[in-house]
Amino acid sequence: MSDASSVTVIHRPLWRVRLELFWKSVRTNWALFIENPIGVIGLAIILFFALMAVLHPILMKTVWDPTVYDPITGYDFEILRHPAPPSARHLLGTDPLGRDVLSQLMYSTQTEFILGVVAALITVTIGTLIGALSAYYGGVIDTLFMRLADLVIMLPFISILIVLSALFKLNMLKLALVIGILSGFGGVTVIIKSQALSIKVKPYIEAARVAGGGDWHIIVVHFIPNLLPLSFLYMMFTVTSAIFSEAVLSFFGLINIRMSWGIMIHTTQTAGYLLNVGQYWWLVIPAGLAITLLCSAFYLVGRALDEVVNPRLRRR
Amino acid sequence: MSFQPLVKVEGLKKYFPVSKGLFRKTHDYIHAVDDVSFSIQPRESLGLVGESGCGKTTTGKLLVRLLTPTAGRIFFRMEEEEAREEGVRLEDGYVDVATLKGRALKNFRRHVQMIFQDPYESMNPRLTIYDIVAEPMAVQGIGSVMEREQRVAEMLQHVGLTPPESFMFRYPHELSGGQRQRVAIARALIINPTFVIADEPTSMLDVSVRTGVMQLMQDLADRFGISYLYITHDLAVARYMCDKIAVMYLGKIVEMAETEELLHHPLHPYTKALLSAVPIPDPTYKREVIEIRGSVSTPINPPSYCRFYNRCPVAKEGLCNVQEHPPLEDKGGGHYVACHLV
Amino acid sequence: MREPVLSVEHLTMHYSTRKGDVHAVDDVSFELHPGEVLGVVGESGSGKSSVAFTLMRLLPENAHIKGGHVWMNGVDLLTLPEDEMRRYRWKRIAMIFQAAMNTLNPVYKVGDQIIEAMETHGVAYGEAARKRVAELFEMVGLDPALMDRYPHEYSGGMRQRAIIAMALSCDPDVLIADEPTTALDVIVQHRILKNLLQLQKRLDMAMIYITHDIAVVAEVSTRIAVMYAGRLVEIGSTEDIFLRPKHRYTEALLQAFPSIHGEKKTLLTIPGELPNLLNPPRGCRFHPRCAFATEICKEREPEYRTFNPGHLAACWHPVGEENA
Repeated sequence: MSDASSVTVIHRPLWRVRLELFWKSVRTNWALFIENPIGVIGLAIILFFALMAVLHPILMKTVWDPTVYDPITGYDFEILRHPAPPSARHLLGTDPLGRDVLSQLMYSTQTEFILGVVAALITVTIGTLIGALSAYYGGVIDTLFMRLADLVIMLPFISILIVLSALFKLNMLKLALVIGILSGFGGVTVIIKSQALSIKVKPYIEAARVAGGGDWHIIVVHFIPNLLPLSFLYMMFTVTSAIFSEAVLSFFGLINIRMSWGIMIHTTQTAGYLLNVGQYWWLVIPAGLAITLLCSAFYLVGRALDEVVNPRLRRR
Repeated sequence: MSFQPLVKVEGLKKYFPVSKGLFRKTHDYIHAVDDVSFSIQPRESLGLVGESGCGKTTTGKLLVRLLTPTAGRIFFRMEEEEAREEGVRLEDGYVDVATLKGRALKNFRRHVQMIFQDPYESMNPRLTIYDIVAEPMAVQGIGSVMEREQRVAEMLQHVGLTPPESFMFRYPHELSGGQRQRVAIARALIINPTFVIADEPTSMLDVSVRTGVMQLMQDLADRFGISYLYITHDLAVARYMCDKIAVMYLGKIVEMAETEELLHHPLHPYTKALLSAVPIPDPTYKREVIEIRGSVSTPINPPSYCRFYNRCPVAKEGLCNVQEHPPLEDKGGGHYVACHLV
Repeated sequence: MREPVLSVEHLTMHYSTRKGDVHAVDDVSFELHPGEVLGVVGESGSGKSSVAFTLMRLLPENAHIKGGHVWMNGVDLLTLPEDEMRRYRWKRIAMIFQAAMNTLNPVYKVGDQIIEAMETHGVAYGEAARKRVAELFEMVGLDPALMDRYPHEYSGGMRQRAIIAMALSCDPDVLIADEPTTALDVIVQHRILKNLLQLQKRLDMAMIYITHDIAVVAEVSTRIAVMYAGRLVEIGSTEDIFLRPKHRYTEALLQAFPSIHGEKKTLLTIPGELPNLLNPPRGCRFHPRCAFATEICKEREPEYRTFNPGHLAACWHPVGEENA
């Protein structure tokens, strides 16, 4: 033992080493991610929208007069007929109620982001936890959650949301919660569970058990870290579906929020301009395009992450 | 050699039900391990040898209680003081591992560890070498973070991964197969176990690194006073790693003896056939080969007569297929054989 | 001696990866004579399987043949267009893959899969092909009645036999066997090896037997090629290699290999790890692990030297020349 007792212990504290390792892995994964043009395009779009969300309050404070440009209460008296086509004052025109379309578009971006991220976080937390528990314990717990998942998958998602919106006053947070729970207990759980099953039979799980590790140790130290990359991937896809569902519900005027891309289209529709898109394009195209772009952006990032997470898909 | 063995296994059995679908009662069982008994002295290394499906790995997993035995007892010797501290009951200085549960089982795992076959799959790819090696200490709550770091560094030094600082915070995939198996050894030995089950630890390593790992396992066993149960299909490796060898066939030990005795004077017809099929790295050596029929089957509800009867080249009809499977008997000088005809 | 059936000259093959070029096969030359079994031994990453896949021209997309020739009947296989190569493959040069027993298609009967292989190569059709499969099954020690069964009804050893039957179905001149018995238990391995050697003699085929197991190679081969880190370090008759090894790696490998026969000799440990082929060591690739290495080993690649007719080794300090 004499030669070994003289070993010098690492002088940096453990947390710093871990932080450095974490950064290193982030950097290598980033390098893999940006190799894929799909992911870069998706990320660029997301950043563009994020910029819009951040810029809106700044513009309201500096350049835009709130009485004219407020996305909800603004009205431009200098223009006689609303909706007005794009001009120097209103880059994307005004809506039937005389409000600035660009301001509405930018203001809504914040809401969409919050909705998407909250719903995705809830989904992934539920999905990872339930998936890991089902795979680890099997038996009754597994049967229970998997049959529940089957049930949730079979439910018509949008119709359920419509029914729920009739029963409760759905605001943005409640909507995020509902979408998160529904998709969390549904498909995501099944996918994460199947991944967890492949971890369950790895010899390192047996090694942990021989070391004396209990159920909780194995789930927290061995299952979850190996499931997180997949969970993160499904987070991206959930954001897409959350934004999309919100747009549908808002279009029908079923949720209790002040402004969103869906509501912009809804306003157009109730004012009777929807069937006249050719003439009043600025009322529909910007909001519609924003929904499509942001949804696909998260989807594209998800696809690119898939290649980082699953090395088998990677090109050599 | 002491007369008090470290491990005594008596009548160990493990039957796996053959599932025929939901709601249907299972009547069929695979007799993976069927009435196996042996003992291991302190500092002794016993080799468990056999073809795939003979139950050698299942036996190993029963001994560390990754599986719960269907029947039988596994006695592990323990000091009275230790036993009182860990809250387990002793019978004549032994604890019955087969019945341990909860806290007592967790404490028992400080004494017994396992090394796995696959150096690529036996480590969580998302943990650093430090986390992997320190895991037994962490789950057993031994030492502070600083002490664990110190101990891991020591252990890495022992297994030849020097300097330890350059290995501690790397991930398994950055290491070669031989290095990983050294990490696995470090993990198994970090809490000073007295008994280690090694399940084919070198079978996936290249020849030029294999000898080093074998040498290391022997050196560490001598240094720390460890007993091995060495599970392998490779008799040549067992020759170098084990003091005694037990040959398993379809869930039963058919022969057990000191290593050189078994290799040079095999008595059981299966052992003879197995030894004669092992290739010899010497082109001038022409061996006599004992051919046996058929191949290993799965022991689902096996008949009660000798398991080897159907393939045995010397079996006597009317004896071997009538009487019960022969018991493992000492044929002199600690050479145990289970055969009617020896 | 008859003309060689296959002659490999200065074969070099690299895999390009995101981290750089892997020097998998580097300047490998050997000849294969009719009726002989050439054992190719090496550890993982030695390039032994890569040589086989290059000969068969069954390489992944990122593999690049950097140079060399593979002559067979005066034709360079490496320059053949793909459709002509397809005619050579299986008919002239066939291969049994590592873990080949898992390559049988589970949804077709085993016999039909072999018949299909023969029909695509124009060897035999219909009833004649069925008769040939029955013969082949007989030859490899399988009951011909088994040809109408599915792969899952076969045991591991039986599947490996079926694969051998498939490889022999087009009557190749050269058979490459890449670790055909690695996943099998010793008793089954022994039977298959015996069978394979009987067939090889009966059909007068030349065979390349690739393995990591020195003991197996001692039993099957008439000549042995030892590979290390992409290079062929020594080649010679089985007796030359086992009794009079010249390269220090061959010597070390033999001393590291345990045997159940004879005296229990002390096993030698080779220090260090297998080299990284992205950046192989300069000079002799074994020098970082070699106890006899000197300055010249680090600087210059050793040339092949003939020690016995047909016994070549590339080592600066060959066994028996300690003072040189």
